[in-house]
Amino acid sequence: MNKPAAVETTESEAERLEARQSRTLADASTAMMAVYQTLFGLLLLVLWQAASQWLIDPFFISSPLEVIARLVAWTSDGSIFVHIWATVYATFLGFAIGAVLGVVGGIWLGVSPFFSRLLNPYIWAFNALPKVALAPLLILWFGLGIHSKVALAAVLVVFLVFVNTFSGVREVDQDLIDGVRLMKAKRSQILMKVILPSALSWIFVGLKSSLPYALIGVIIGEMIASNKGLGYLVQRAGSEFDTAGAFAALTIIAVIAAVLNEFVQASQERLERWKIVNR
Amino acid sequence: MIELQGIGKTFGAGANRTKAVDDVNLTIAPRSIVALIGPSGCGKSTLLNMIAGLYRPTVGKVMYDGDKVTDVNTDVGYMTQKDNLLPWRSVIDNIALPLELTGTSREARYAQARALIQQVGLDGFEDKYPSSLSGGMRKRVSLARMLLYRPKTLLLDEPFAALDAQLRLAMHDLLLKLWTEQQQTIVLVTHDLVEAITLADRVVVFTKRPARVAMDQLVNLPRPRDVREVRFTKQFHDTHNSIWDRLREEYDEERI
Repeated sequence: MNKPAAVETTESEAERLEARQSRTLADASTAMMAVYQTLFGLLLLVLWQAASQWLIDPFFISSPLEVIARLVAWTSDGSIFVHIWATVYATFLGFAIGAVLGVVGGIWLGVSPFFSRLLNPYIWAFNALPKVALAPLLILWFGLGIHSKVALAAVLVVFLVFVNTFSGVREVDQDLIDGVRLMKAKRSQILMKVILPSALSWIFVGLKSSLPYALIGVIIGEMIASNKGLGYLVQRAGSEFDTAGAFAALTIIAVIAAVLNEFVQASQERLERWKIVNR
Repeated sequence: MIELQGIGKTFGAGANRTKAVDDVNLTIAPRSIVALIGPSGCGKSTLLNMIAGLYRPTVGKVMYDGDKVTDVNTDVGYMTQKDNLLPWRSVIDNIALPLELTGTSREARYAQARALIQQVGLDGFEDKYPSSLSGGMRKRVSLARMLLYRPKTLLLDEPFAALDAQLRLAMHDLLLKLWTEQQQTIVLVTHDLVEAITLADRVVVFTKRPARVAMDQLVNLPRPRDVREVRFTKQFHDTHNSIWDRLREEYDEERI
């Protein structure tokens, strides 16, 4: 009679121990998690270094030390900043143009049922098109310089922002609109005080998801035809069989993408305090 | 003066057609309080929507101060069952919204909003967002918002249903006090017969869907009324019984 009970106790004790352990790992503080994350990253770098030393020809995968050396060289002679600036500038400009057009278009069609029905099939057809296929045309129209990259980024951004803004405007609670209409609100006031704030979280989803696409558009544009920018660096390194250069350029691109994401996240949190408060 | 002339309202089409309101004739005198009562879902809210100009009647017409209502009626303040607060605005900015729309300065509208916040007992919640308030508190915010811009007519759709008994009495008191000062016309939809008789000059009983006027009863209780005591008077009791007899028929039929 006693034995099974004892077994049960030890089992449940083991379970409890296990539960506690997994809880302590999952509950690690943000600072502690940052340490884990850094250690994990370092581990990957060590593995990479080891692999290039003993397993795979560094011609294909280069090595962390070589990539770091390249980054240091580019930074110290200052040559990298021209490329970073070209890419970042085109990304922001393209994003800004696409975002403004997308938001304005989305709101306009969102509040005018006639035009939204009229244009609906054309918008979806154009949206289904892989926009990067427009790159050759855009380069033809806007030249080899920065304008064609800006245009490609803007084209990628505009649809994502448009579709989200449009849905956001259509989702606005009609009762809220009726409520302020009874309070003598003018059309512009309804737009500014009800429709826009209500659609804001949708608009942000569009902006957030389209910012990486702005970067993609610019990089693709640079890879196709350019003499500046990080996309051009990757493309040149590849054609020169310079894997360290390609990895170094990719590292910079990844850092820029991460910074862009943080930027959008922070601005969304600022604007949507009312949502954060009750989370 | 609000006149409903031969109002009928049908929703949907084909097999989904539902008649919500059928041949309702009702004249509501200025500065009076009229309670509309009847089984839930009988179309009382539809009537309020038509007075507010948000719905158009299928047949008949709504006259407001001698003019036919064809668009949103901005003379009315409408407190719907849903509180319709803007979730991205704090309590005080929600309440001050009507004045913001008319271009009142920030200081002036905040001062007025604060006074009302105190009257509806929400001091200390000025900067909270609606999502962090209880249902009853949100109702009070939306009541305060409506009272702030002093519409000539108040349409109230079960405004106090979510409140506890004590608070409801306090709100009844507040409403009657403001009405004495401002003399609005008040149309009140409710399920609560005691509430209806306590507040109203006149109680209109509706049949179950489609809504028709089943009974139109004047409430001859003297004013000012003490919202806590008036229900214990003989006169109240008699009025209550005569309306309840008719109202019960509607509920009885519903049960069968």
